[in-house]
Amino acid sequence: MTNSIGELEKDARCIFVIGSNTTENHPVIGMKIKKNVLYNGARLIVADPRRTDLAKIADVYMPHQPGSDVALVNAMMNVIINEGLANHDFIAQHTEGYEDMAAVISKFTPEYAEPITGVPAEDIRKAARLYAQSGSAAICYAMGLTQHRTGTDNVKSVCNLAMLTGNIGRPGTGVDPLRGQNNVQGACDMGGLPNVFTAYQAVTNDAAREKFEKAWGVPLSGQNGLVLTDVINKAHHGEIKALYVVGENPLMSDPELEHVEEALGKVDFVVVQDIFLSETAKYADVVLPSACFAEKDGTFSNTERRVQRVRKAVSAPGEARTDWEIMCEVATRMGYPMSYENSEQIFEEIRTLTPSYAGISYQRIENGSLQWPCPTEEHPGTPYLHKDGNFSRGLGAFTAIDYITPGELSDEKYPLILTTGRSLFHYHTGTMTRRASALNEHVPAAELEINPEQAKALGIAHDGMVRVSTRRGSLEMKAKVTDMVAPGVIFTTFHFAETPANLLTSSEFLDPTAKIPEYKVSAAKVEKI
Amino acid sequence: MISLTINGKEVQTPQGSTILEACQQAGIPIPTLCYDPDLRLAGSCRMCLVEIKGRPLYAASCVTPAENGIVVETESPGIVAARKVILELLSARHNFNCQVCEKNGNCKFQDYCYQYGIKESRYDYGEETNYPINDCNPFIERDYNKCIMCTRCVRACEEISIARAINVENRGHHAKIATAFDGNLADSPCVFCGQCIMVCPTGALTSKVSAGLGRAYEVDKVLTTCSYCGTGCTLELNVKNDCVVGVTSNRTVTGSPVNKGALCVKGRFGWDFINSPDRLTTPLIKENGQFRAAGWDEALDLVAKRLGEIKTEFGPDSMAVFTSARVTNEENYVAQKFTRAVLGTNNVDHCARL
Repeated sequence: MTNSIGELEKDARCIFVIGSNTTENHPVIGMKIKKNVLYNGARLIVADPRRTDLAKIADVYMPHQPGSDVALVNAMMNVIINEGLANHDFIAQHTEGYEDMAAVISKFTPEYAEPITGVPAEDIRKAARLYAQSGSAAICYAMGLTQHRTGTDNVKSVCNLAMLTGNIGRPGTGVDPLRGQNNVQGACDMGGLPNVFTAYQAVTNDAAREKFEKAWGVPLSGQNGLVLTDVINKAHHGEIKALYVVGENPLMSDPELEHVEEALGKVDFVVVQDIFLSETAKYADVVLPSACFAEKDGTFSNTERRVQRVRKAVSAPGEARTDWEIMCEVATRMGYPMSYENSEQIFEEIRTLTPSYAGISYQRIENGSLQWPCPTEEHPGTPYLHKDGNFSRGLGAFTAIDYITPGELSDEKYPLILTTGRSLFHYHTGTMTRRASALNEHVPAAELEINPEQAKALGIAHDGMVRVSTRRGSLEMKAKVTDMVAPGVIFTTFHFAETPANLLTSSEFLDPTAKIPEYKVSAAKVEKI
Repeated sequence: MISLTINGKEVQTPQGSTILEACQQAGIPIPTLCYDPDLRLAGSCRMCLVEIKGRPLYAASCVTPAENGIVVETESPGIVAARKVILELLSARHNFNCQVCEKNGNCKFQDYCYQYGIKESRYDYGEETNYPINDCNPFIERDYNKCIMCTRCVRACEEISIARAINVENRGHHAKIATAFDGNLADSPCVFCGQCIMVCPTGALTSKVSAGLGRAYEVDKVLTTCSYCGTGCTLELNVKNDCVVGVTSNRTVTGSPVNKGALCVKGRFGWDFINSPDRLTTPLIKENGQFRAAGWDEALDLVAKRLGEIKTEFGPDSMAVFTSARVTNEENYVAQKFTRAVLGTNNVDHCARL
C-alpha cells in the first residue's frame, strides 16, 4: 500500500474498491472502510463482478464484466478529463506521459465502455465524479484486479487514475493493494523474487550484486531467475531437476493443477518443508517438518509495509524445526556454512543489506512497529509514500493502456465466466483452516455461486449438486443460488482439496510482465446432476 | 486544564474530560461495566456513580463532564450503598455458576460482587428468566443467563465490526440481546469476529473453541502477529502447558497498531490447527513410493547430497526454490540467500501471484 490502513477509517473521503472482497478477505480493513462510510461520511465506489458486502453500502456499485477493468477505469478517466476534473497542476509538476495516455483515453467514453463492462454509462460518470471531487480519494484493490492476463495493465490503470486527480502522496489517498497473505509483502521485501535481492535491488544491477557478493562471500548470478509459473512450465519440459518448496502448496494454488502435477512428477528431486503433509508434499522425495508461526520468533511485514514481531509462544511439535534453521543446516551440509544464533541475528544482517529496513531493529519494534522505508535508527517510519507527489522514480509515469479482452472468452459450449476467490471462513489452500475445527465445521465444502435467473434457466436448485466444467476439467459441488453474482458469472473458492478449483483455471494466459495467471476469468459451463 | 477535587485531592484534567476520565488520570479506581473507551457511551449500568457535592442526584461519572471546582466523592457511604443495590439488581438475573464459567477470575461482575460483598440478591424473585443456550454455531457461546445488559456487545458489533447483527430486544426485565427476530447468529449478519466476546465483562459471551481449555489466570499471553491475511493484526496467543488454548485481543495502540484488538473469525477462532494431530513431527523420506520417518541427519544429508549432485550435473539453473509468503522475513531472507549463494541461481519465487 502506498498509504496506511488507518487512513481508510478516517482520512479517505472517498474509497474506490476494485477487485477486492474486503470484508471477507481482509475483514479488519473491511470494518474500517465500513466505519468510514457509514459513520464518518466517506463515499464508496465498488467495482466487482460480485455484489460484495461493501457493494451493498456503496454510493456507486459497478458490477463490471470479469476482465473489463481497463475499459472501466479508462472510461472513468475519460469523464474526469472531459469534465475538467483532472488535477492539471499535479500532472504538470509531478508526472510525465500524460499526453500519450490522454490520447488513448479519448475513445473510452462511458458509452464506449458500457457494452464492454456491462456498467451503465451514467454509473461510470457518477463514480468518476465522486472519485475526482472528494478531496482525498483512495483506491483499494486485491487479486480481483491483478489475476488477469492484463493484471499489470489493470494496476497501472488505477495508478493513472490516482495521478490524474492528484490522489497520491497525502493521507487518505493512494493506491492500496490489499495483500492476501500475512507476509507476502515481507517475502517480496526480502528478495523472495527471481529478479531482486532485498528491498528490490535488482540482481542485474552490478553494484547491488557486488554488495551481496561481498556480504555473502560468493559470486552471484546476474541473470534473472524464473518466476513460479515459469518454473512449473520448465519442469514440465524436464528442465528443472530439483525443486525445494518452503511452505507453499502449488498443487492447490497454481492454475491448471493437472499440468502442475505432471510437472512435479518430472522433477528428479523435490523437497517440501511444511507444517502439514500438503497436497504438494505428497509429491516430495523428502519432507522436512517445520515450526508454525506460534512456534518461532521473527517478523512479518503487513500490507501497509509495517514490520511487526512474531513471537514464539509454544514449542514446535515433535522434531519440527524453524524454516531458517533447516535451510541453514542444508546450506552448511552443502559446503556453505550458514548459522545464526536466533532470528534477531538474521534481522541484523538484513538491515545491513536492505536500505528500507536499515533503521528497524527488534528493540525498536518491541513495543510497537515501524513502516518502511525506515532508513535510519532515528527515522520514524513512513506511513504514506510519495509525499507531496515526490515519486521514488522522480516523475510519476502515466502509461497509455488500451483494453484487450480476457484470454478466454465464453462461447456456445462454455457460455459462463467462472471467477474464483476466498471465503471469509477459509484461507488460501486450506492447509490451516481446514484443520481449524470451528472454521471447517462452519464451512466444510466449496459451493458454486450462481445467479437465481441463471439457476432457474438451468433447472438448478439451491443446495442441489451441479457439475461445473471448463476446458481443463470439471468438479462437482453444491449450488448456492444467490444474487451476489450477476447472470453469466459463477464463482467458487479454491480452499478445498476435494474440489480444487484450480483444476478448472488456465495456465495458458499469463500477464506478460508479472506472469500472474488469469484466475478470475475462465469460460465455463454448469450442469445439474 | 480545569481543576476539581476528587476524594479530597485536587485533580487537573483537560477541558472536555468526563469525571471518569479525570479519575482514571488521577489513578482513582472507579468500577465500570458498560463503559468501554472505544465505544459510544451508554451510561446505563450505573456502576460508576459518584457523588458531587451540592447536587441532589448521584452522577454516572462516565457520561458526566468534569467541571471546574466541583467536589467529587467516589466511595462515600452513599455511593457504596448505591453500588450494592445496583449489583443486587444485576445479580437478580445473573446465573452465578462461577466454578464452571469460562470467565471465572477474569470477570468484572464477579470482581465487583466480591469487592462490594454481594452474596445474594434481595431482588431474586418473581418471573425467572431461563434462556436456552443453543445457538448452533461453532464459534460463540451465548449464555444470556449471565448477561447484565451492559450492551457493550451491541455497540462493538455496531461500531467496531460494523456488522450490526445484534441489538436489545424487549424492555425491562425481559430485555435481552438478540439478533433480528431472535434467531441464530448464523442466520444474522454476524461475521463471527468475536469482538462481542472481547468486550463482554461477564461470561455471557465466550469462545466455544477455547471452552474448558484454560482460564485467564492459567494462561500466559504472548503478543504476536496473525498468520492469515496481510492486514497484520496483532493478537495474543493464550498458552497453557506449552499449548495454545485460545486467542485474545490486545487493545492498546502500541500493542495493536493496526487493529486495536479487533480480529476476524480466522484470527480469533482459527488457531487450533497449531495443535492438529496432522502436524508433521519428523522428517520423511520417500522410498518405493512410500514415506518413512527419518532422523534429521539422514534427511538433511540426503537433501544436501542430491542438491549438490544435481547442481554439478545439470547446473544451478536446473534448480528452483519456492519460498513462502507464510514464513517470516528472516526465513525468506535465508531462503533467497540459500538459493542465490548456495544453489547459485536466482530461481526463487513465492506465491505472491497466486
